[in-house]
Formats: sequence, C-alpha cells, structure tokens
Amino acid sequence: MSSHELKTGPLEYRRQEDQMTILGFWIFLGAEIVLFATLFATYAVLFGRTADSTPPMELFEPGIVLIMTFLLLTSSFTCGLAIHEMRRGNAKALRNWMIVTLVLGTAFLGFEIYEFIHYAHEGATMQSSAYWSAFFTLAGTHGLHVTLGIGWVILLLIQLAKRGLTPKTSRKFFVIGLYWHFLDVVWIFIFTSVYLIGMVV
Amino acid sequence: MTDHNKRIPTQHVIGFALSIALTLLAAWTALGSNLSTMWIISSIMILAVIQAGIQLFMFMHVVESDSHNGHVPWNMMFHGAVLAAILVAGSLFVMSFGFTHDHDGENHEQHEQQDSGDHSDMDMEGDGEHEGH
Repeated sequence: MSSHELKTGPLEYRRQEDQMTILGFWIFLGAEIVLFATLFATYAVLFGRTADSTPPMELFEPGIVLIMTFLLLTSSFTCGLAIHEMRRGNAKALRNWMIVTLVLGTAFLGFEIYEFIHYAHEGATMQSSAYWSAFFTLAGTHGLHVTLGIGWVILLLIQLAKRGLTPKTSRKFFVIGLYWHFLDVVWIFIFTSVYLIGMVV
Repeated sequence: MTDHNKRIPTQHVIGFALSIALTLLAAWTALGSNLSTMWIISSIMILAVIQAGIQLFMFMHVVESDSHNGHVPWNMMFHGAVLAAILVAGSLFVMSFGFTHDHDGENHEQHEQQDSGDHSDMDMEGDGEHEGH
C-alpha cells in the first residue's frame, strides 16, 4: 500500500494510504450532505406549523445571526490559512491558525447556546411545536458537528505537538480542514433558508 | 505549486472577501430590499449556492494539480447534491404543494367554519332521514 512514497508535492498526498483516506473522507462528506438534506426537508415541510408557540419571525434577530455567520466564515478562512501554512512546512503557523479557528468556532458555539436558551425562555423549545422541533433538530445537529470538530482539532493539536509534521499528521489536518469548510457550507444554507427566510415569510 | 510558496494565499483572501460580501448581500436582499417574497427566496438561495461553490473551490482544494485532481470523487459529490435537491424539493412537493396551513388566514378559517357548518347541517338532515326510515 504505502510502499512507494512520493518525494515531492504536499505531504498529505505522498502516500497512497493517505490519498485513499482523503478520498474516503470526501465520500463521508457526500453522506453528510444527504443527512443534512433530510433535516432541511423536514424543516421545510414543517415550516409555519408553530401551533400556539411563538412564531420564528418574533424571535429571530438579524444581529446575532449575522455575528454567528461572520464568526463561522472567518473560522473557515483561518482554517484555510492553517492548511496553507502546513503546505509551506510551517508547523508553528499551522498550530497558531488552528488555535484561532478553535477560538472562533467556540465563540460561534457560545452564541448558538445563548440563542437556544433565549428561545427556550421565550417559550420555543423542542416540545413546543412541530416547527420548533424541526428547527432545533437542524440547527442542533449542525451545532453538534461544530462541537465534535472542536474536540477533534484539540486532539490533533496535541498530536502535532508530539509528532510534528509528518505525512500522517498532515493528512489528518487536511481532513479536519475539509470537515470545517463543510460545516461552513451547511451553515450558509441554515443562515439562508432558516434565518433569512424565517425573518421574511 | 504556484500558490503554496506565497506568503499570502491570494485565493483564500479573495474567497473570504467574496463570502463576506455575498452574506451581506443576502442579508440586505432579505431584510432591506422591497422585492416580493418569492424573489427574495429565489435570489438568496442562489446566493447561498454561489457561496457554497466558493468554499468548495477556494478553500477545499477541489481543483488542484498537486493531487492530480484525483482525490475528489466528483460523481459521488454530485450524487449527494442531487439527492439533497430531490429530498428537499420532493418533500415540499409531496407534503406542502397547494396546501395551506395559515394561522392568520382569516378567509381560510371562515371558509372552514362555513364548510363545517354546512357539514353539520347535512349531518343533521342525514340523521333525520335515518331516524325517519
């Protein structure tokens, strides 16, 4: 498998084993697209069925949602910078940009938790209506992915400190990079179809 | 190879600036413009798809000569995207098309009341007939 190792090119693509892992991760992302599509479909069908609970138009606020979007967009950008530095062989810059990404991701998560608690105080919980069940399932699943991603990055940073930049750690960082950008893509659709449309309709 | 040795990754900076601009444009379209709801929904969904494309091409190294473009299973990603579109559009078509559930639609409620009123009248008559037989 990994018997022949290329001497040039990005570290994460030099061994066939790592190339296959990256390929496999793309297939996983394809499955994630479908997972989120089912949640989006459920949300779209249950849109407006708020029963007697507070409608989303009264709870959604443009300010906090835009802050969350910019936090996640910027974290996706810094994550891209981290991978860029990794390709230049700069392990220290990779670590620093990854830490910035972590901070931004954690801030995003903090805002989301605050937002959910605020909604719950206003009487919109998982149990209030079909609409809010679908909303919390969709946004919550995304939040859970971000939480997992944060834990994953922390573990990888420990590995980087112990092992340095090798084909294996490079591949792992490249894969978490793909994962993080993917979470940003999902958030763009949540921002658009849940928050913006929820504030318009 | 070209971009990797640069200190500042131009592609990433452009992608970031574009995604911020598109987000603001989408927010303005939804909250600040005077377009009709249908137009707002269509245009911000198109903006979202463009922005997803930016993430894929600017950040996720989807097209890259270093990896010989071989690491992305295009057919599967395309398959995933098509499935997503079918799931969402299909669910909406099957579950919601031509079906209203407005809470504030007064005409709708009145119609319902009238309808149910008619029904109860008919039921009364029906019951009467049954008793008569």
